[in-house]
Amino acid sequence: MLGLTSRDFTLFAIVCALTLLAPIILNPFPTGSALGASFNAGYPALMQRFAIFGILVVGFNILFGLTGYLSFGHAAFLGVGSYAAVWMFKLLSYNIVPAIVLSIIVAGLFSVVIGYVSLRRSGIYFSILTLAFAQMCYALAYSVFTPLTNGETGLQVYTSDPQVLMSPGDPVVPHLFGLQMNTAEVVRVGPWTWTFEVGYYLCAIMLIAAFYLSIRIFRSPFGMMLRAIKSNQTRMNYTGLNSRPYTLAAFIISGMYAGLAGGLLAAMDPLTGAERMYWTASGEIVVMAILGGVGTLIGPVVGSGIIKYLENIVSKINENILHQWFAALPDGLENVLIGVVHPFVGEGWHLTLGLLFMVVVIFLPGGLVEGGQRVGAMFSRKSRNASGVEADAAAQNPNTPAE
Amino acid sequence: MDAIILQILNGLDKGSAYALIALGLTLIFGTLGVVNFAHGALFMIGAFCAVTMQRLLTLSHVVVDESQTDFLGNPLAVNVPYVNSIFGEELGQALINWSVPLSVLLVIPVMLLVGWAIERGLIKHFYKRPHADQILVTFGLAIVLQEIIRAMYGANPIQSPAPPLFSGSVDLGTYLGFQANAIVYPIWRLVYFFFSAIIIAAVFAFLQFTTFGMVVRAGMADRETVGMLGIDIDKRFTFMFGLAAVVAGMAGAMYAPILSPNYHMGMDFLVLSFVVVVVGGMGSLPGAVAAGFLLGILQGFASMNEVKAVLPGIDQIVIYLVAIIILLTRPRGLMGRRGVMED
Amino acid sequence: MGILEVKGVNKRFGGLQALGDVNLSVKENTVHAIIGPNGAGKSTLLNCLVGKLIPDSGSVMFDGQSVLGRKPHEINQMGISRVFQTPEIFADLTVLENVMIPCFAKRDGAFRMHAIESTRHEGDIIAQAKAILSDVSMLEKSEMIASSLSRGDKRRLEMAMCLVQEPRLLLLDEPTAGMARADTNNTIELLKEIKAKRDITMCIIEHDMHVVFSLAERITVLAQGTPLVEETPENIKGHPKVREAYLGEAQV
Repeated sequence: MLGLTSRDFTLFAIVCALTLLAPIILNPFPTGSALGASFNAGYPALMQRFAIFGILVVGFNILFGLTGYLSFGHAAFLGVGSYAAVWMFKLLSYNIVPAIVLSIIVAGLFSVVIGYVSLRRSGIYFSILTLAFAQMCYALAYSVFTPLTNGETGLQVYTSDPQVLMSPGDPVVPHLFGLQMNTAEVVRVGPWTWTFEVGYYLCAIMLIAAFYLSIRIFRSPFGMMLRAIKSNQTRMNYTGLNSRPYTLAAFIISGMYAGLAGGLLAAMDPLTGAERMYWTASGEIVVMAILGGVGTLIGPVVGSGIIKYLENIVSKINENILHQWFAALPDGLENVLIGVVHPFVGEGWHLTLGLLFMVVVIFLPGGLVEGGQRVGAMFSRKSRNASGVEADAAAQNPNTPAE
Repeated sequence: MDAIILQILNGLDKGSAYALIALGLTLIFGTLGVVNFAHGALFMIGAFCAVTMQRLLTLSHVVVDESQTDFLGNPLAVNVPYVNSIFGEELGQALINWSVPLSVLLVIPVMLLVGWAIERGLIKHFYKRPHADQILVTFGLAIVLQEIIRAMYGANPIQSPAPPLFSGSVDLGTYLGFQANAIVYPIWRLVYFFFSAIIIAAVFAFLQFTTFGMVVRAGMADRETVGMLGIDIDKRFTFMFGLAAVVAGMAGAMYAPILSPNYHMGMDFLVLSFVVVVVGGMGSLPGAVAAGFLLGILQGFASMNEVKAVLPGIDQIVIYLVAIIILLTRPRGLMGRRGVMED
Repeated sequence: MGILEVKGVNKRFGGLQALGDVNLSVKENTVHAIIGPNGAGKSTLLNCLVGKLIPDSGSVMFDGQSVLGRKPHEINQMGISRVFQTPEIFADLTVLENVMIPCFAKRDGAFRMHAIESTRHEGDIIAQAKAILSDVSMLEKSEMIASSLSRGDKRRLEMAMCLVQEPRLLLLDEPTAGMARADTNNTIELLKEIKAKRDITMCIIEHDMHVVFSLAERITVLAQGTPLVEETPENIKGHPKVREAYLGEAQV
């Protein structure tokens, strides 16, 4: 269906269902309960981030996962995408369509230039070149380009901005032809509260489209060429294929994905700053891709979702919450447990992230998706062994005469 | 002319730090074949050794001072550092003032231990893994190390002054025959430069004149052959990692008076040091040192107002710009060899 | 006029004259072997033919067109394929995909942006790939990941990848280097089969005289970067110059 194999279609359908039902799925605990306050993630601001960073990492995976070129400067495209979108808000109106279109185009143009230069080298040299370009963008945004970026204050929309397409009655928040992004439908069922927000659904639909496109690219001859480049560039060239345009195309596509993500970030909240382009932001993209599983279809969505969830949830936990959790335990044990857990939550979130990252790279180089597949394979082998021993034995001795 | 000399001097201290970090990175890459993204964190840990030394020396106990009285006429209770009580007022105070140079004594064992733990516990398992995996796991390690430091010392920079003897500025211009006040330069930065030069010379001498160093150099030239000679390369690798960690740590400790240690300084220096390594040529020790000073000095020049007037913002990007140009025109860097990191 | 004409090719590396005035003519539909002791310049010559090295002087013409200054992929598109000493295959891809890629390269050229179409719908390409896999008797392995193949199968796969492009000239760089006798014989059989089935010119660089004498119709002996003789296998065996090159002057 939709030009996908049944396996891929199932995967796609699962992603569609998860993203569209996220406001329900991510609020498993009743609103107002202690667990709900700590672990529910079904509020719009966070769900938007899931979807936007999902798009970003799905795009990054087209480059890193397929070609093996590790870009350490991908956040630059996110940043320029955001700036482009905010400028559209400033110059035209709060309609998000021109903003998002321009953010994709501008990120695309940046990636043409940066990719054309960086892809002349491979391996760590490529990583350093992309890092250097991203750091240059970051530094320039704070210095020479302050008229364009508004420097450290960050770029935002002022009432004095031209906004030439604004008519008097138009909304003063980002909107899609009048449909405001922050419009939300709140549904209460029993103790649960679910918020369905326009902004989130815009991001969700974009994520679904981006994911669909990435499946098509993975399964296309183009995707096969990219995997071939990762596998053996020498053979690629001696097979009459020019690897440069292939890698450049992959770089531009993934840059445009990042531009889309940047545009959406601005559409959800119309301000931006250069810190979005700092190299730790690029590092975070890499972490998400690795955690989920590089080169797999679903990995980027899983990885970005988990990181953003943990970031929001873990960093919210403080000592009081820990005391609530462990209140049932004897005092001594409670204090010991809190002492153990406390460094890893709240402000210690980055410590958890770093450890998680190391554990994944050390023990699960293929990321969580591969880990899941391995566990799955282990179980299916066990069940087959249990039920199919006789069948296997028969298959091994086809010549044994039946009695 | 005097302005140019001043800028060269201004570039020297940063250049020294880049050179020392890049030297360690190159040693690790050349011998172990590992791309170590946690090297900046080692620099940062070194800087915090200086902070720790200062805190250790100023550990105090309360002493009732009979000679002083508070406004009620009672003897005054004052905090007195233990070193003052042990070594006497004068020597104790001197020790405290000299805590940054003294911290080098702390850096050596601490960094050897940290380096040993990292190499045996983590890096060892990554010799045969792809460079991307090495980058990623050491990147994770760098985050962990910097977060541990943040948990221990907080997020704010901690001032670590240089000894009073070196804390002022010196008017170098008068020595060189320029006008007075033309070239005024902080003394500690000069000290830092000479310190780095000594460390660099020591590392090169070690590699040049000891059997151990000879094996290491052979290993950098051709890892596989040395492995085949049956030399116990493992122990030497561990030691090399420890040595690189000590170099980075000393660079960090002595840098503390120039830049107040903060938990993310390692990452900031790492990115630039990596650019330095790549510009110098992956795997070339002289290249790393030369590129470190070169880029530091270029950054100094780019910060001149005359330059910034012509090319605004150039001081922010000059290092990256040079890196891009060099990588495109000389793919192996200034002094890189064929066949290093090319697949 | 041969399909491959090498005229007056020189190549220096610093002070070393790797190739000195090499002339070579490979006739269409023949198997031409280039032999010579270590360091004779065989590999340098081959690298000059495929665009990896550019000679200092001289000309290399393939089918009337110069290959000099062209990139490896352009030279391949002209009809020259290359088999490496250690098989260069796409180790992370399946056997079938390994063979499909050269099919795409032949049909679509050096680059084509077919990012939305599904590979499953490329019926012609799949049929073509399967046909060549059955030719080298690897059809039943088509879903295997190439890195899990035995060394001999990797060699067969690499051959299949080259042959599916229907090259006019196939360059083989020591195709049996490091192989056991049985594998070597298999490779010889495979090459004979290939030659029997289609019109193809082969140029083999080889150490193993057994391979050379089983396959070659013409043999060029290279020594110290210069061709000594070009002869048929029968005439090469007892040739004094060849003995000289291989055994050293003391023996003569």
